Amino acid sequence: MSVGISIKNAVKKYGENTIIPDLSIEIRDKEFFTLLGPSGCGKTTLLRMIAGFNTIEGGEFRFNEKIINEMEVSKRNIGMVFQNYAIFPHYTVRQNVEFGLKNRKIPKEDIRIATEEFLELMQILEYKDRMPERLSGGQQQRVALARALVIKPDVLLMDEPLSNLDAKLRMEMRQVIRDLQKDVGITTIYVTHDQEEAMAISDRIAVMKDGVIQHVGTPREIYHRPSNIFVATFIGRTNLIEADYSAVDKIINMDGFTFPMERLTVDSDQLVTLSVRPEDFQMTADSPKGKTGGIKCRITDEVFLGLNTHYHVELQSGQDIEIIHESEMNSPFKTGDNVWLTLKNEKINVFTRDGNRNLIHGS
Amino acid sequence: MGRNPMAGKRLDLWGMVTLLVLALYGVFLIYPLFNLLTQAVVDKDTGKFTLVYFIKFFSKPYYFNTLINSFKVTFGVTILTVMLGTPLAYIFTRFEIRGKSLLRILIILSSMSAPFIGAYSWILLLGRSGVITLFFKNVFGIHTPSIYGFAGILVVLTLQLYPLIFLYVSGALKNVDNSLLEASENLGCSGIKRFFIIIVPLIGPTLFAGGLLVFMRSLADFGTPMLIGEGFRTFPVTIFNEFISELGGDDGFAAAISIIAIIITTMIFLVQKYLSNRKTFTMNSMNKIRPVEARGLTRIFIHIYSYALIGLSIMPQVYIIYTAFRKVNGTVFVPGYSFGNFINAFDRVGRSISNTLIIPGISLVFIVFFAALISYITVRRRNIFTGIADTVSMVPYIIPGSVVGITLLIAFNKPPILLSGTMIIMVIGLVLRRLPYTIRSSVAVLQQIPMNVEEAALSLGSSKLNAFYKITMPMMAAGLISGAILSWVTMISELSTAILLYVGRTKTLTVEIYTQIIRGNYGIAAALSTILAVLTVISLLIFNKVSKGDDLSM
Repeated sequence: MSVGISIKNAVKKYGENTIIPDLSIEIRDKEFFTLLGPSGCGKTTLLRMIAGFNTIEGGEFRFNEKIINEMEVSKRNIGMVFQNYAIFPHYTVRQNVEFGLKNRKIPKEDIRIATEEFLELMQILEYKDRMPERLSGGQQQRVALARALVIKPDVLLMDEPLSNLDAKLRMEMRQVIRDLQKDVGITTIYVTHDQEEAMAISDRIAVMKDGVIQHVGTPREIYHRPSNIFVATFIGRTNLIEADYSAVDKIINMDGFTFPMERLTVDSDQLVTLSVRPEDFQMTADSPKGKTGGIKCRITDEVFLGLNTHYHVELQSGQDIEIIHESEMNSPFKTGDNVWLTLKNEKINVFTRDGNRNLIHGS
Repeated sequence: MGRNPMAGKRLDLWGMVTLLVLALYGVFLIYPLFNLLTQAVVDKDTGKFTLVYFIKFFSKPYYFNTLINSFKVTFGVTILTVMLGTPLAYIFTRFEIRGKSLLRILIILSSMSAPFIGAYSWILLLGRSGVITLFFKNVFGIHTPSIYGFAGILVVLTLQLYPLIFLYVSGALKNVDNSLLEASENLGCSGIKRFFIIIVPLIGPTLFAGGLLVFMRSLADFGTPMLIGEGFRTFPVTIFNEFISELGGDDGFAAAISIIAIIITTMIFLVQKYLSNRKTFTMNSMNKIRPVEARGLTRIFIHIYSYALIGLSIMPQVYIIYTAFRKVNGTVFVPGYSFGNFINAFDRVGRSISNTLIIPGISLVFIVFFAALISYITVRRRNIFTGIADTVSMVPYIIPGSVVGITLLIAFNKPPILLSGTMIIMVIGLVLRRLPYTIRSSVAVLQQIPMNVEEAALSLGSSKLNAFYKITMPMMAAGLISGAILSWVTMISELSTAILLYVGRTKTLTVEIYTQIIRGNYGIAAALSTILAVLTVISLLIFNKVSKGDDLSM
């Protein structure tokens, strides 16, 4: 039976050192939920608090209604996949998968059936009598998944499970994990520092920094409407441009270039920081005819990457801006050219100058 | 050209080094061993092949039983040390223990003294007129169990040797990934059950290797059964007695017993190797096991266990040092304290102290020199000859110390090479016995140093010798020196080879302590033991400084 997880005012301390000051989060039943953040942000610490490997210094952790703060690790009914898989090297594949069931005093025949079922599901049945050292990284990963799921856990926890695999296998396994999670229908918490992986795999993502959750949302939400500049820069690439907002005209003035911005939640003039993703610029060789004109700048570098070409342009202020443009057979733009930029207005994000708050309405 | 197997090139520097090493081993190890074999199977009078010595050994229970006794002791000690040392290592790795670093030092100290000194101290404590024995008899009227014989040997050697298992297992546990323990707990298996189901199989090969070392040491130990065994005679005691009593006469029987000893240890060694190889797992530990505070009963239990075991094992040393400061009248301790024992010791047997600095000191120079060369040629210049050098250098590892002594004596007590009674023969004995350990640790160090550092030096115009001396040696230095200090500590407390090779002029501290105990000069024996302990402590402190807290490896 899968459960919803509720964490209220969680605190984690190591001695005098506070890792997580005050963290609350609700994870829905059968949701694929990812904790994303740079190393040292507390995401693994939080996962291990849920698993029971770390003590909890404050707050309430609940599976559905049941408080689990003091519950023993083995009683929590959690399936866990470790970063390095933690496959027992002295057991065969089958013995590894059986291990959890054997500790639960389940009849032998049931153990055999359940084990085979999950070996089959993970497509490793043919390796069942192999020792782990004779398996590839991807196969070991499948053993780890089978071992975690065969005990029919309430929750599946995964700590950077793909970080030891090469890029291609990582893509393959993340699809396997995603499909498996939907098939089995189990509440899953996944920890990663790879934002692309998080976006590809998750229903919702919590972006963490310094033990504090910066933003919780679907991949789309956090990409398009990041709650602060940290999230905007951590997820995908973006250009940060300083500007000021005039509340009377609802206009943003960016180094002489002005454009309307009607969706802000503030009604006073103030300094703001714009976040414009590289794909949200339009670049033209000539000055656009429209009344807002365009931003004049000069191309300083171009990098051809096949599907796209990345341009670096220099604003008149001297700031460097990165622009992504779909590659064309005969590119009209070359390094050294003067070009004009316009913005995809609805995709721009406007933050307070300190970067702590997104001013766009509804973000 | 081209037919020369030295990498198809003319004999370069390292080729010559290899040949030199092989020649030296030929003279000082292979020839003596061959000589030993000859002595054992050739009748001295007729010059014909004979198995009479072997038949004598196996047909007379008086001799054969010593072999049975030795097996009782060695298997007993090996099992007990594993049973005591493994949990201690696990507790130290997994939990916080009050005063852990001090305890760790005490464990190492208790293992570094000569076993027979421990045996002697236990006699002082639990012997017929031991302080504990008398205390229980006079105060409670209780008779404490006898420390003499099989049980005593078992107790002394176990307390002496479990630290080896502790150190081996502690090292192995560093390679066990904490996630394995967590995964096991997560899947419903924790505590003691987890220790047996997960930990023990993973460190299995290490237990075999540590067990082998304990086995070899307890099989070869001569001083303990000699002092405390009384009627219970073991193999090395027999070898010693037969050899000493037949010196100048017929060495054949002692040689035959030595051959039997070598065959036994070789078989044990091969079995251990086979078992370890079959059960080895490659583990890479990303998350080491970090000690946590234990709670409740566990916390109480692990503290009692650690303190009781370590307390027991350090007690003999502490008591010896205490008696060193007691007043002595003739051969009995009298009330009061003084430095008299130390003054007497320096007066009468001061030479043994200087010998203990000189003989192991000279040996150490050779050991470091040859360990550096041999490890280098076996790691960096792999070919059939360096392979042979590698194997041959490991042979003394499985030969009991007293057999090394006998082997050298038989070979070098007559021209063309007459060495018996000299310091040289003692140095050779020590060098042969310690080299395998120092070579192993140097090889481990060398394998960490990438080859291309040296290649860079060669490409910049350095000669091979220069590259080794200026580049590789300094990078190996810390590892070499810490290995050397450990060798030094083992050599100054060595008895079983020295007891056969010494003459009056070349008595070492351990030989002198042994002699004084036998003569009943307990005061001087205690004072000398204290000096030995101080030397050991100083050496270990230097080791700690040099190795920057690296682990001890035996």
